[in-house]
Amino acid sequence: MTRQRPVDLPRWAYVPALVGVAFVLLPLVAIVAKVDWPNFLDLITSEDSQEALALSLRTSVASTVACIVLGVPLALVLARWDFRYLGLLRSLVLLPLVLPPVVGGLALLYTFGRRGLLGESLEALGVQIAFSTIAVVMAQTFVALPFLVVSLEGALRTAGDRYEVAAASLGASPTTVFRRITLPLVMPGLVSGAVLAFARALGEFGATITFAGSLQGRTRTLPLEIYLQRETDPDAAVALALVLLVVAVVVIGFARQGRSSI
Amino acid sequence: MWFDARMTSGRRLALVATSALLMTGLAACGDDDSGGDAGGGKTLTVYAASSLTKTFEEIATEFEAQHDGVTVELSFGGSSDLVAQIQEGAPADVFASADTANMDKLTAEDLQAADPENFATNTLEIAVPPDNPAGVASFADLAKDGINVVVCAPEVPCGAATVKVEEATGVDIQPVSEEQSVTDVLAKVTSGEADAGLVYVTDVLAAGEDVQGITFPESSEAVNTYPVVALKDAADADLAQEFVDLVLSDTGQSILEAAGFAPANG
Repeated sequence: MTRQRPVDLPRWAYVPALVGVAFVLLPLVAIVAKVDWPNFLDLITSEDSQEALALSLRTSVASTVACIVLGVPLALVLARWDFRYLGLLRSLVLLPLVLPPVVGGLALLYTFGRRGLLGESLEALGVQIAFSTIAVVMAQTFVALPFLVVSLEGALRTAGDRYEVAAASLGASPTTVFRRITLPLVMPGLVSGAVLAFARALGEFGATITFAGSLQGRTRTLPLEIYLQRETDPDAAVALALVLLVVAVVVIGFARQGRSSI
Repeated sequence: MWFDARMTSGRRLALVATSALLMTGLAACGDDDSGGDAGGGKTLTVYAASSLTKTFEEIATEFEAQHDGVTVELSFGGSSDLVAQIQEGAPADVFASADTANMDKLTAEDLQAADPENFATNTLEIAVPPDNPAGVASFADLAKDGINVVVCAPEVPCGAATVKVEEATGVDIQPVSEEQSVTDVLAKVTSGEADAGLVYVTDVLAAGEDVQGITFPESSEAVNTYPVVALKDAADADLAQEFVDLVLSDTGQSILEAAGFAPANG
């Protein structure tokens, strides 16, 4: 990270930068101002809210794990493998990043739904994904995976392969090189990628509501609960929005701490 | 898009993140109303419940044909969303709600120019995939084991109607999902994900051959009434009232009837 630049910043940069900060922070302040503080505790401790929060945390952790299991090898391949169509492969794999989540949800539906590409075979095996918590985790993993892959691949490219080459020339097996050299080297990138993925999973809405449905305790995560509560109880929606905001801030803060200590 | 491997990872991440944000931003504001005056003529802004989309588009076309130089801008959404937007000062001239509860929220703040008038009613109907895989034939069938039933959440009007029918009949449905809107319920049925869903008669009609509708007598337990009103802050009060009158006229009523709405009594 660059700390002090010897060259001054252009003066004109400060005003738009300040506007940018205000643009992001003001709406957050507005949410805090809108919270019905006297009833805040009651609003966030209702059974619906608790179940939604617990489900959100559970599924986000599960999808972050899934992102790591699939994303680390994927980033490794994208960063190190020499293959002609790698650029194309990368673009395709990162597509969920630019896809509206609802489209991602539809795509998952047409793949794993009961009448989807794989759905009929799954149904024959007695597996039904639709309307289950598994569907929520799949939707979250689908949208969050690219965040981990992009951030880790960047770290891998920045780290380079000098040490890996040296270790290999000394007789270390590829797995040993990965475990002892590559992984420790890119750990900060992996942590920030995992945190980004977790945060993205926590906020997931479109793909979940399209693919998994919405049922208390099973598929209705916090963002879905907020959207629903808004219909009848805007105060509860605002209170829950603040909870989501706080969780996100804690996660990001934790990630920064984790990064600087490594 | 194509990622060049020579791009620095930082730049690539920034680029990707920006596009991602742009896309989610665009997706999120897709249902926003972002209209201004089109040319020199007058613009009438009508906020209407999503279930009125097709019918109000037709009525708006009719209105524009009758009023030279007037453009009707339609903004569709959930009734409660629309009320919230109007309460926050959205520039609406006319509001048509899918239920009286949301219209009551509006009149409670005295935002109406005249008393709301009921212009249509809608009842629930069972929607099943065309081949009806679970063999649903009656409302009571929805409570059977092993049938994937999708309904609206009790918080939204169609869900409130569902609860009413359940309570009146003593049939206890265990849904696999409680969706945000009838559109979501219908989508789960047309994709074959759900064996049955509870939607409005008009939704079944609009879905055409994608679903099969099963009417049930118990639906009369929950009749949804649609009220419409001209708003106090309308830019042109007369024009707003004329639109309301057109909805209530024979022309408006026949458009609504063709879509499956029943007339409101009184």
